Amino acid sequence: MSTNNIAIHAESLTKRFGDFTAVDAISFEVKKGEIFGFLGANGAGKTTAMRMLCGLSIPTSGTASVAGFDVYKQTEQIKRNIGYMSQKFSLYEDLTVRENIRFYAGIYGKTDAFIKEKTAFLLQELHLEAEANKLVRSLPLGWKQKLAFSVAIFHEPEIVFLDEPTGGVDPVTRREFWNMIYKAAESGITIFVTTHYMDEAEYCTRVSIMVDGRIDALDTPMQLKKTFGVSSMDEVFLKLARQAKRSGD
Amino acid sequence: MRTLRFLLQKEFRQIFRDPSIIRIIFMMPSIQLLILPWAADYEVKNIQLSVVDHDHSQYSRQLVNKVTASGYFRLQDYSGSYTNALQQVEHDKSDLVLEIPANFEKKLISENESTLFMAINAINGVKANLGGAYLQTIIQDYNREVRLKWVQLPRFSPELQVEVTSSNWFNPSMNYKYFMVPGILVVLVTMVGSFLASLNIVREKEIGTIEQINVTPVKKYHFILGKLIPFWILGLLILTIGLTIARVAYGIMPLGSFGVIYTFAAVYLLAVLGLGLLLSTYTSNQQQAMLLSFFLMMVFILLSGLYTSIDSMPAWAKVITKFNPVTYFIDVMRMVVLKGSGLKDIGTHIFTLLGFAAVLNTWAVINYKKRS
Repeated sequence: MSTNNIAIHAESLTKRFGDFTAVDAISFEVKKGEIFGFLGANGAGKTTAMRMLCGLSIPTSGTASVAGFDVYKQTEQIKRNIGYMSQKFSLYEDLTVRENIRFYAGIYGKTDAFIKEKTAFLLQELHLEAEANKLVRSLPLGWKQKLAFSVAIFHEPEIVFLDEPTGGVDPVTRREFWNMIYKAAESGITIFVTTHYMDEAEYCTRVSIMVDGRIDALDTPMQLKKTFGVSSMDEVFLKLARQAKRSGD
Repeated sequence: MRTLRFLLQKEFRQIFRDPSIIRIIFMMPSIQLLILPWAADYEVKNIQLSVVDHDHSQYSRQLVNKVTASGYFRLQDYSGSYTNALQQVEHDKSDLVLEIPANFEKKLISENESTLFMAINAINGVKANLGGAYLQTIIQDYNREVRLKWVQLPRFSPELQVEVTSSNWFNPSMNYKYFMVPGILVVLVTMVGSFLASLNIVREKEIGTIEQINVTPVKKYHFILGKLIPFWILGLLILTIGLTIARVAYGIMPLGSFGVIYTFAAVYLLAVLGLGLLLSTYTSNQQQAMLLSFFLMMVFILLSGLYTSIDSMPAWAKVITKFNPVTYFIDVMRMVVLKGSGLKDIGTHIFTLLGFAAVLNTWAVINYKKRS
């Protein structure tokens, strides 16, 4: 990457399924080390946009680069440089905590020494030493989500994509989860996160709001509130989302 | 290579941690092989017979004795009225009615000939066919005995008689277990190879972990090999368990070599695993995969020559059997186990299955790519 401190760059990125335009020519940039909030109502096209950036789905038109790699031609390089945590819980429930970490680190090509050292550190940090050899199935949801996030950044990616990571998690755990996100961002990982919780949107460096496949607003939470003349992100979101013609799913 | 190692390690851990899979691997072959061959037998026994005897003579009694002594028939009732016997058939208590006319003995002695009447309940076609044939054979036999006793045999029989004697090659005692056990074993290997594999992959789709794998640098062929290799090994493991049971429980020792069986099974599993992979690309949850599997398994079993001879199927069905991998394995198993066929004899079978494997796997991989 020649220039710079740009982690994600998208230009008129579009995805159509038949005559339905899920993502309608969105353009934006995410800077390195940013916590970028990707907001929108259900069915606004967030997940589809994210899937294109992760190399899971081929865009219909437009251009985009992730970590300096092209989303059309260099999906393999993209995959090596990103972490991803999906809406659906993505660890193997019938493997233990340790086995899950080892498996995901292993398929990213990490060495045994690296895996061993970092696993010990991670278990300590998550206070999961006692549960290390228990099946993931037996952990409470909040712990699972924190573990899933740790696994998603275990291989030290440049960017991590989080698709509604805190869905169904209690407020205390949510707060802890965001502390982890901050820590990851401080270590230089760019965070790209979708959420439905507006208090979480306030934690983001910058926020984009998608309505009907388009990005209708993109700025810092502070600036957005100023622009719309309201006091909370909640109101910003409601103002924009009300204009949506598409119904949620 | 390293990636594949991690994938295989994970796969084996999951397989051996899942009690239902362990049950399927060890219990299913044991139970099926220990129970089914005893029940799935072509021989018809316990045919319920109603005798309508209008004659009540020594000869008629001798005939009935001979029939019941054969071991195939059970005398359900013995009466003097045909209507009564027919009622037994209607109530499904009788399969066969043998009517002995009045003056049976008298006619036989005075006119040297007599007629018997047989009515068959054809609701169960196999039973009726075989039952009728057995009874006829027994009556013919009886006929000969009577002749020997009554007719002064001339030096040369005035009537030309062709008598057929047969010897059963490859399975001299006509033991049906020799025939069925290898066949059932093939069905088991097929189920593990194709359906367990497809269920496993579809499960990852359902849970969402496949999506997680898709965003990692794991290559498609890594993922596919990581799924196919464990089930390939499981298939051969089931085959080994099955052959052991066949040896211990039924004393079936292949005339041919185990090497030939395993060589063919190795190729065969490639084909059915390809089918499993293909199924998984067309289904999105385990229910769909299960239903599709049931449907295919029925077709595979009924059109494989396991229970009914392919030669007697209509032409269009014969064509279908040619596209059924199970047909080939059953054929090979019977050839090797009963006839001692070698690699040379099953060469075309192996090449056909290699073709199946190539087509199914390619199709599956192409279809798999499209989806993600």
